[in-house]
Amino acid sequence: MISENGISVSADPVTAKAEIFAGDYLNKLSGEKIEYECRRYIEAGCKELVVNFSKTEIVNSIGISILLDVIDTAQGAGAMVVFSDVNESTIELFDMLGVTKHVTLA
Amino acid sequence: MPEHDPKLIHAFGALAELGHEITNKNSFQETIRTSLHLISGALGIMRGAVARYSRFAHELNIVAVRGLGEDFPLCLTLTNEDERQFLTNGLCPIEVSQAKVLPFFQVYDSSFESRRLELLVPLVVREEIVGAIFLGEKATSEPYSSYEKEIICAMGQHLGVAIAQRNLMAEIERRADENRQLFDQMRSTYNDTVKAFATAIDCKDKYTEGHSVRVGKFSEIIAAELGWAPEAIEGAAVAGYLHDVGKLTVERKIINAPFRINAKESAELNKHPGVGYEILQPIHHPYTDVPLAAKSHHERLDGRGYPDGLFDREIPFIAKIVSLADSFDAMTTDRPYKARRPMREVVDDLKGNAGKQFAPELVTSFLSGLHKELTGEDKSKRFRRLLGREYMETDGLADKVRATLNEMAPTTPLTYVSASTIGGNPVH
Repeated sequence: MISENGISVSADPVTAKAEIFAGDYLNKLSGEKIEYECRRYIEAGCKELVVNFSKTEIVNSIGISILLDVIDTAQGAGAMVVFSDVNESTIELFDMLGVTKHVTLA
Repeated sequence: MPEHDPKLIHAFGALAELGHEITNKNSFQETIRTSLHLISGALGIMRGAVARYSRFAHELNIVAVRGLGEDFPLCLTLTNEDERQFLTNGLCPIEVSQAKVLPFFQVYDSSFESRRLELLVPLVVREEIVGAIFLGEKATSEPYSSYEKEIICAMGQHLGVAIAQRNLMAEIERRADENRQLFDQMRSTYNDTVKAFATAIDCKDKYTEGHSVRVGKFSEIIAAELGWAPEAIEGAAVAGYLHDVGKLTVERKIINAPFRINAKESAELNKHPGVGYEILQPIHHPYTDVPLAAKSHHERLDGRGYPDGLFDREIPFIAKIVSLADSFDAMTTDRPYKARRPMREVVDDLKGNAGKQFAPELVTSFLSGLHKELTGEDKSKRFRRLLGREYMETDGLADKVRATLNEMAPTTPLTYVSASTIGGNPVH
């Protein structure tokens, strides 16, 4: 399902894996929606959380902070976080701020 | 490009957003929560919190928190020594590991250590602690560099101003509330004093006991029926309570004469509006027309009143209200030389004198209030309390008042009632 912020989710209960598709701009509004979905799946026992950035062009500071919250929550619950299809400039930003140290890039 | 330039550009973006966030109209909690996100996101900080300082309780109260867990203390106490040190430190971030000499860091050491909190930034505005930022490890696991501390310091300044503004607003609200309470107390004292005066005026005249109070209440009814604001209604009541204050200077034997007084005595009595004005005028009333009501409540629209023989538009509106209330009370209460008149007759008198003695719009407003009570539309029993149940239960009084209202304002939809109800022909 795609929300008004371009966020969509697909989940596989067998593999306990959920994939959340971030929208084009990861800011406070869309970040909070992603955070909500991630927490929902982690609480449901999801062990692999994939955040797909294929449509994401910009991530602002609030977006970074929210992603760090998601990572922290996932680590606390023993779930793995994967960031997929991240564009080059966003990878540079994630690298610079140490985000990539806590996630698997795919 | 130096190595830290992209970081600086990213941090400046966050700083700009922080400035925008603090000046917009979000709730305080939301502003602080977003600000914490901006600081964390600017430098890739894993967890943190923002607290607001209560200088009365010497406590830092957590307003926003990220990743510190539910058991992190929400209220942290500072000693005087901590306060002094924080003030000296200003906005410079304090390394938690280097500050264990302070009581604050000793008391909360385990809480800070288990959450890997690395920095505490006292938020100091105009030499006052307004809050603090707690920051945990960075996602890179590297120590905070000096330029990162400077960025935190700059962002802390914004956040401190936001908290100081909030404190200022809270203080203004508290003082406004205090002033409102004081004003209410003063108003209550004023109203009590006015009522005490009304009682004192009425005590002088054993035959018209309660007259001033009733005139106050009738004036209040008229003002309410005119749709006035609560303060203005209160003002009309006060004008009614005090309208006869000038009688305090009239000899008791004239006021209490059990028969019609002679011309000389009448002249003496007729001075009371002017004397009342002289008494009330120097007092700073919250309602400016109160002295005028005392001075002109015996004036008539046709110019045959006293003391100045004013005509319609020359008479202050409040005086017209009090005049109607005064006359209505005179007609509906027993006097030493005259029993009160039947209510139907009083209604006829008001109608007959509308435009001569009384302002017609006030008569219709007053009768409209009476009609509402008689038909049960108004359950407040304002008239019944003042006039007595029996007097109000005159047969056909509601129909009489309704018909009078229709005759006085035949084209007003509000008062027009169909023929079947009153037994006449509708007037269009």
